[in-house]
Amino acid sequence: MDKFLTFTVIGLSTSAIYAVISSGLVLTYTTTGVFNFAHGAQGMIAAFAYWQLRFAWGWPAPLALATVLLVLAPLFGALLERVIMRGLADASEAVRLVVSISLLVGLIGLAQVIWPPGESRPMSTFFAGRQIRVWSTAVTAHQLITFACALAVAVGLRLLLHRTRIGVSMRAIVDDRPLLLLNGARTDRVALLSWAIGASLAALGGILIAPAIALDAPSLSLLIVNAYAAAIFGRLRSIPLTFVGAIVIGLTEAYLFGYLPTGNTALAGLRLAAPAILLFVVLLVLPNRRLRTGVRSRERFPCPTRAGALLFSGSVFVAGIVMATTMSRPDLVTYGKVFSFGIIALSLVPLVGYAGQISLCQLSFAGIGAVVMAHVGGASGSPLGLVLAAVVAAAVGALVALPALRLSGIYLALATAAFAVALDRWVFNLPAVRIGPLRLRLFDLGSVDVAPLRLFGYRFDSPRAQMLLAAGAFALLALGVSAVRRGRLGRRLLAMRDSEAACATFGMDLVRTRLAVFTLSAAIAGVGGAIYATQLSSITPGNFDLVSGLPIFMLVVVGGAGMVGGALFAGIGLQGLLPALARLSSLLARWQTIAPALAGLGLGRNPSGAASDVTVALAPLRRDAPVLGAMLAAMGLLWAGRLAGAFGGWPFLAGLVVALAVAAAVAQHRAGAVGAVGAVDAVDAAGPAPAAAAATATVPAPAPVPAAPPATAAPPVPALEWMGITQPWTADAVAALDRVLGLPEEGVRGGAAHG
Amino acid sequence: MARLTVEHLVVRFGGCQALDDASIVAEAGHVTGLIGPNGAGKTTLFNVISGLVTPKSGRVVVDGRDITHLSPTKRGRAGVARTFQRLELFGMLSVRENLLVAAETQQRWARAGDDVAARVEGLLERLGLADVAGELATSLPTGLCRRVEVGRALAAKPRVLLLDEPAAGQDDAETRSFATLLRQVAADDVAVVLVEHDVRLVMGSCDVVNVLDGGRVLACGTPDEVQHDDAVLSAYLGAGRPA
Repeated sequence: MDKFLTFTVIGLSTSAIYAVISSGLVLTYTTTGVFNFAHGAQGMIAAFAYWQLRFAWGWPAPLALATVLLVLAPLFGALLERVIMRGLADASEAVRLVVSISLLVGLIGLAQVIWPPGESRPMSTFFAGRQIRVWSTAVTAHQLITFACALAVAVGLRLLLHRTRIGVSMRAIVDDRPLLLLNGARTDRVALLSWAIGASLAALGGILIAPAIALDAPSLSLLIVNAYAAAIFGRLRSIPLTFVGAIVIGLTEAYLFGYLPTGNTALAGLRLAAPAILLFVVLLVLPNRRLRTGVRSRERFPCPTRAGALLFSGSVFVAGIVMATTMSRPDLVTYGKVFSFGIIALSLVPLVGYAGQISLCQLSFAGIGAVVMAHVGGASGSPLGLVLAAVVAAAVGALVALPALRLSGIYLALATAAFAVALDRWVFNLPAVRIGPLRLRLFDLGSVDVAPLRLFGYRFDSPRAQMLLAAGAFALLALGVSAVRRGRLGRRLLAMRDSEAACATFGMDLVRTRLAVFTLSAAIAGVGGAIYATQLSSITPGNFDLVSGLPIFMLVVVGGAGMVGGALFAGIGLQGLLPALARLSSLLARWQTIAPALAGLGLGRNPSGAASDVTVALAPLRRDAPVLGAMLAAMGLLWAGRLAGAFGGWPFLAGLVVALAVAAAVAQHRAGAVGAVGAVDAVDAAGPAPAAAAATATVPAPAPVPAAPPATAAPPVPALEWMGITQPWTADAVAALDRVLGLPEEGVRGGAAHG
Repeated sequence: MARLTVEHLVVRFGGCQALDDASIVAEAGHVTGLIGPNGAGKTTLFNVISGLVTPKSGRVVVDGRDITHLSPTKRGRAGVARTFQRLELFGMLSVRENLLVAAETQQRWARAGDDVAARVEGLLERLGLADVAGELATSLPTGLCRRVEVGRALAAKPRVLLLDEPAAGQDDAETRSFATLLRQVAADDVAVVLVEHDVRLVMGSCDVVNVLDGGRVLACGTPDEVQHDDAVLSAYLGAGRPA
């Protein structure tokens, strides 16, 4: 009985902290529609700030508390609302998610820059040592304060939401935001206030929970993830239900801690993963949502042509060869991961880019692929390992997808994140399990060695061979993913993304389609993980945890999730650019966790991503055969020079970049000249012109503006910006302009007929 | 037996009675009109038939098969296709792909790809969409978008075709050619149900017209009968009109 009471008190005090944190989360979500993944990270930053003031600088506790809770945290929350969140009002859910995940990753990075990990930062509880006795158990002063805080938050929120004018506005936003706007309420002020309060609540929770666990940025940010499960209990809307959820989760954790046998390693991880599993379960019992209709996405991804896909994959493989022949051995090891990470990122293209689903557990699938490769591939590196990596990852992907099929948007993101956490806190740390005749081994409680792949008697054991293998696999899979987009499945996925309701009305099986894309995506991630594992040669669960996986998701969306180029962007960004920057300067190395986050935060401005911009910028070059030829020749010369040892790696890289930039600029200039001056100069440029026409015929307009004028208009119609300037107006020009502006052509024709 | 029978549907949204014991019948080969003032429950009725809204009571029967409790997808498989008043086009797909997706879904696992492609090209031609087949669906003006929606529904080879204001945003000439198209589609053994505000289109193309008001069917008959029905006139023009 004593034990029960003790763990109940412990559980309730955790519950109180979760309740404080998650009510802040609910407050910001309902009033602004942004699910703040970084809510926990805000609490973490606050805990660090409090430690700095209270313990490092020795301020008195009340002063430090007041500074953090009443000044720093609300200011920070308000700043986030003003600078970042306000611009997201009409962004798609994936983009909002990426921005808040970027914030999470960025804050963790920032904390590690300011407070480098590895130092011990003791943080004592309030009134350490003081306690009172309730019946037979002791309740510490810290726990009492925690209860008081939760109670104060509950009462305070109740008063705020029901007794004050702005609180009523907050509740009204939950019910009907457009109506409230029509009634003249200032929703921006409401949003500002709720972000300030939310940040304060996160800070309070962070400070209260920090003494119980170490002051460590990632674990503090993610331990607070447990609080998300509580918020889901209240369906992200109801604060009282959120409190109930917090109590359930806190008590579950405490009782598991108290009553699970301690000797068993299999169960040790279960305690850590319990809130994540609870979150997963709660998500599954949420009531069925209605079919989505009318998603108006700002993103535009052109459909890849077969020629374009071949060109892309060919260039990637050639780049792989160039890298393999010019790099030193350590560089090969470092930058070879560009391609294996690229494959893992590629798995997100059909899922996020085509189907508009969200998954935060792709790196976990990669981890499964890696484990399978390690054990099935064995010491000989059998290719069977690679095949089974795909198969097992696909099977697990389907298993995860089945219950998650009903979820979408933020709920799907949370469910997949919960799965990733359950995997890296528990399953990956399991000892070998015997199920019947099958002996299931995972990471063997530490690290596992992975032998290089052996294919047709050839062993990919040098870093050079491994880089070529990874580049080749990426090129092939990219071809496959592009083919999916052009084919039947791709059409279905994009249709489902735009309107599930419309898909259903002509009989499309949404469940099967979603299952297909989750399975496909997990299989690709599994292959990527297996190849990544052979490059690492020794893997630990830490290689595949949630926090490491988040930047992949972020960068694929930043790069353009609808295009295979977006995956390459993510691979280059994470495993190419960041290590290269770190090599250049140690200062940059410390900032490398923050860089991808900044990229993600900038996403709101360009939701289609970088890959589509690059495609647009390079389009003239693709059509301009002479310039393209000259560029390739120059690059070939550079390569030859590098191979002959005429210059080092950095000048070589710089040379390539300059060659590409100059060629793109020249091609752009020539294309512009041809378009503007029209038929007269086109005679001079007779060489590229037919090629240009052929290329435009096969390449659909990649720009956000559909039907690029040069592609659809006959030669006499000048480029859009030169209309009416280089030539007099013609009916064709007017029609082309109308088409671009989206005006009805019929009106023009009718008008012409009447005139 | 009628192709589509809807019996005694009741739908409530909170305190609002959207459908109050509404029943209609649509025969194959006929165009059945559904008119009524805004808020009469026309779109709700479509949503119930296509399974997006669950009725409190009542039945939806297609060819003698009760589909009231089927999912929207299964209803689509049963041959119920529709267009949306608020366009639900696949904006990231081209016009051609919009039709292809629907056509392929009906084709299931059979591998006769050319048949589908040819059918889609035929539909594009018929709907006057051949010129814009390669454009992204969202880049088109509204009138064309509506025709894409109709084309997508037709591509699914429907037995029951529900059209929710397909003529909105089209000019007179287009509406006339659209009426012809409707007759052709119906003649192909399809039950066409048409919700429309354009009285000329309704009167010119429908065999039967149902008038809906306040969630009830006020009147049902040929266009001519309905035009002279007292209950209809009072619903549209107000009860106290001069005789």
